[in-house]
Amino acid sequence: MTATSPVTVLIPTLLRPYLGGLSEVSMSLPGPGDVASLLDSLGEGRPLLEQRIREETGALRRYVNIYVDGEDVRRLDGLGTPVPAGATVMIIQSVAGG
Amino acid sequence: MPASGTIVLAIGTKKGLWLASSPDRETWTLSEPKFLMEEIPSVGIDTRGGRTRLFAGRMSWHFGPCIAHSDDLGETWAEPQEGGIRFDADEGVALERIWQIQPDADHRPGVVWAGCQPISVWKSTDHGETFELNRGLWDHPHRSEWGAGFGGAAAHTVLPSPADETLHVAMSTGGVYRSDDGGTSWQPRNKGISAYFMPDPNPEFGQCVHKVARDAVDPDRLFAQNHHGVYASTDRGDSWQSIAEGLPADFGFVMLTHPRRTGTAWVIPLKADGERIPPGGHLQVHRTDDGGSTWQAGDAGLPRAEYNAVLRDAACVDTADIPGVYFGTRGGTVYASADEGRTFREVARNLPDVLSVRAAVVPA
Repeated sequence: MTATSPVTVLIPTLLRPYLGGLSEVSMSLPGPGDVASLLDSLGEGRPLLEQRIREETGALRRYVNIYVDGEDVRRLDGLGTPVPAGATVMIIQSVAGG
Repeated sequence: MPASGTIVLAIGTKKGLWLASSPDRETWTLSEPKFLMEEIPSVGIDTRGGRTRLFAGRMSWHFGPCIAHSDDLGETWAEPQEGGIRFDADEGVALERIWQIQPDADHRPGVVWAGCQPISVWKSTDHGETFELNRGLWDHPHRSEWGAGFGGAAAHTVLPSPADETLHVAMSTGGVYRSDDGGTSWQPRNKGISAYFMPDPNPEFGQCVHKVARDAVDPDRLFAQNHHGVYASTDRGDSWQSIAEGLPADFGFVMLTHPRRTGTAWVIPLKADGERIPPGGHLQVHRTDDGGSTWQAGDAGLPRAEYNAVLRDAACVDTADIPGVYFGTRGGTVYASADEGRTFREVARNLPDVLSVRAAVVPA
């Protein structure tokens, strides 16, 4: 990934208020990166958004799923999963609750 | 009724927060839900300093817990951008649930306490904007031996004394702990409280206390509803005596005290650990006016058959001239009494499970 390579992040409905209502965010990461660094950039200046996605420990919340180009990062390298140039990253709440 | 004012009743449920208001505690107006689909295990109403701030301890199963506050009676809500209740990353744990939001005494106007899961106590000195972890309890040598009740391992009760720097905390399971120095150090205070479910039924700590309430006039006097057992202490928790005689059962979750009169407390008994329903399906609120020597049942206006439990923070009193008593069931019905728990009127029905209620008199 290069600094000019865009990454598209799809935002679930419940988190859109933290991004001014946006359903999709185009980002340029500062170099080769992974999901953790993408979340770092996404959460910069948006601490409440960051808190919704990751726990204080840095772990992805149990019922938040992230897909990189359609692949569940929990089946790959978790937050260490690479995010290639041009990737589409989907953040979505899992099926949970009663 | 209060000379002038509106009663606001915050109702935290398993699927959102509702606010009820009433000019007379007889007719009620119920809001639309806030935080729909989030659990609200704790609510708080801070009326100190001439303003009203509502608190909600929110818990989204997807997006985690947070504390929010409202300064316009629930119309709009704010979360601190930085602060709130969050562990430092190097603690290696994450906040799971906010069980208790407790404004301190009038003469400590900015102080708000929170009791949380994992077992922890937090203090705010800026009206609930930012909270600091109480290290004395967090680093307590007993921590590794504290357990989890069915609802999780939590400090569910935080009771600052208006008289001095005394604090009491109750946790499930761990029992009652007291600090005499504002929270710097903590000692277990469970002598006399049974833990029948442990090999030693009278341990120094490990009791499953469900709720503790402090007497408003005599801050050394405490009342406790335990996991089987109803107790009182007149020596700041140094020793506890059973006051269960006269009650239909000694199990339950609720313990309330009168806002101004000594010796008055309320409980809402459930039959037993293994049968968590009102005894015989007969929902009653029991009141003592003599420190637990005798009890009187109040059930006028309550259904003749009710099989839902009332959880530990799903009951409260207000501070009106004749205090109101409020509670909600896991069946989603909320009741209010305007005569100290003798007769009840329905405030709302068919809500999700009621987890928390708090009431206050606010300027009309």
